[in-house]
Amino acid sequence: MHPAHRPLRRAVAAATIALLATAVGCAPQPEDSASAAPSGPAAKSCAKGGLATKTSGKLTVATDEPAYEPWFKDGKPADGKGYESAVAYAVAKRLGYDRSAVVWQSVPFNKAFAPGVKTFDFDINQVSISAERKKAVDFSSGYYDVRQAVIALKDGKAAGATDIADLKKLKLGAQVGTTSLDYITDVVKPTREPAVYAKNDQAKSALRNGQVDAVVTDLPTAFYITAAEVTEAKIVGQFENQGGAPEQFGLVLDKGSALTPCVTRAVDALRKDGTLARIEKQWLSDAVDAPVLK
Amino acid sequence: MAAPEGGATGEGASGDGYVPSERRLARERYQRARAHRATAVAALSTLVTAAVLYLVVVGAPGWQRTKETFFSAHYAREALPKVLEGLWLNVRLLLICGVAVLVLGMLIAVARTLRGPVFFPLRVLAAAYTDFFRGLPLIINLMIVVLGVPALRLQGVTVDPVLLGGTALTLTYSAYVAEVFRAGIESVHPSQRAAARSLGLTNRQALRHVVLPQAVRRQVPPLLNDLVSLQKDTGLVSIGGAVDAVRAADIIVGRSLNYTPYIVAGLVFVALTIPMTRFTDWVTARMDRRRAQGGSL
Repeated sequence: MHPAHRPLRRAVAAATIALLATAVGCAPQPEDSASAAPSGPAAKSCAKGGLATKTSGKLTVATDEPAYEPWFKDGKPADGKGYESAVAYAVAKRLGYDRSAVVWQSVPFNKAFAPGVKTFDFDINQVSISAERKKAVDFSSGYYDVRQAVIALKDGKAAGATDIADLKKLKLGAQVGTTSLDYITDVVKPTREPAVYAKNDQAKSALRNGQVDAVVTDLPTAFYITAAEVTEAKIVGQFENQGGAPEQFGLVLDKGSALTPCVTRAVDALRKDGTLARIEKQWLSDAVDAPVLK
Repeated sequence: MAAPEGGATGEGASGDGYVPSERRLARERYQRARAHRATAVAALSTLVTAAVLYLVVVGAPGWQRTKETFFSAHYAREALPKVLEGLWLNVRLLLICGVAVLVLGMLIAVARTLRGPVFFPLRVLAAAYTDFFRGLPLIINLMIVVLGVPALRLQGVTVDPVLLGGTALTLTYSAYVAEVFRAGIESVHPSQRAAARSLGLTNRQALRHVVLPQAVRRQVPPLLNDLVSLQKDTGLVSIGGAVDAVRAADIIVGRSLNYTPYIVAGLVFVALTIPMTRFTDWVTARMDRRRAQGGSL
């Protein structure tokens, strides 16, 4: 060992010790959510405008960016236009937060479900409720009964499909993380591997370019795409719901959030008094029925 | 952690009647003791570091949920076959694009280092190509090629997203690799070229037999860097809807909201990289050994 290396070694050792000390010294922040999870609606009174929200007196609502039609209008969730924007404001009103007290936040789909402290009170982003997903997050009750539809170019191979068997030999596409993809893999069971896209935008251009024969999306999105975005496409048909129970979109909350029972109660009340139906008529009214593919 | 350098040991008396002196034996004893001490210290500090890291991670208040979300055995079992199925696409892309990239990169590098005024336009083109494709973000390149080229509706041009994605990868990576090769070519000492020319070799022969072999040998580590990087970037062809290892993980994550499949995919990629690295290390070491023996001409 050359004596010249001594100071260097000491420095390295000191730096290591300092680093470890920092690591230990990083006081872990306790999570204040899951531990104090009230279960049952009576756990906390849902005081109007006085919920234990992220920012006191404000309700922070998250959605992904870009926000798509017909759920939001012009990519601006905050203006109350579009089905989900209107629903979010209706829920907020039920909880006692008027429009000025609602703060919108852009949170990517995947980030909304990561463990750790959530930055929002609830997320509204066409997320289908499932038993499996309930292990990771809390859902409110469903605010929209969704069905899945097949879009194809009017002069394409899939345009004349009348039942599921007609789709089996085709190249189908859907967005990742959607139930649309589950319908392809579990219901259609096509012979060719489906194309899976990060965003519906890419699925649309693939449909235009003939890289896929048909794309599966939820019905309102399908209506919007065929009416406004890919006008050379049409809706071939819709699927029946899997397993009897209707598929529903729900608001996403942190696992064990104190707000879940309150938000659920608000959504239930909106369904009961016809508000949800009214909003649906206003923003999704042209989503009339498409032929059912059996 | 390298043990302190011990000289040649004076093991036994070999035929020349050499007997190691008392002082030499003492020195060797001392060096052995130092080496043992160093090993002990290294082991202890490793243990302490591991223990601290373990305690910090496992003691974190969110550890229980993190464990369920990122390290779930159930989802790991479900994800592994799907991820491996997707990985086959990554591997095929790596093999085909890797070869294409090496060939194209070499051609561009040679084009850039050609001498003579007649080759000026070729040099400019090659330089423009590397500048453009090294600067263009890969993801945008992929978007343009995978989603834009089919929109042109050219007769006879494929719309297969995997082929198009492979093309985009080749374009970008051959620009990187061309620069690596060019650096290698230019790092060969001019005297080598001069000696080759004085032996009567033509410019082309000098390049082919003298310059390039030395250049390539020097460039193995950075080339491997680019290949490993390419291997991971092959996953980006999933932009066009193809299902690679990462997208296969994505699908399960999207359905279940459990992130374990990402961890599985990450580990699979690491496992793929390690043998590749070891193999090239071995090739390089073998080349060095050969050179040390005076080379086999």
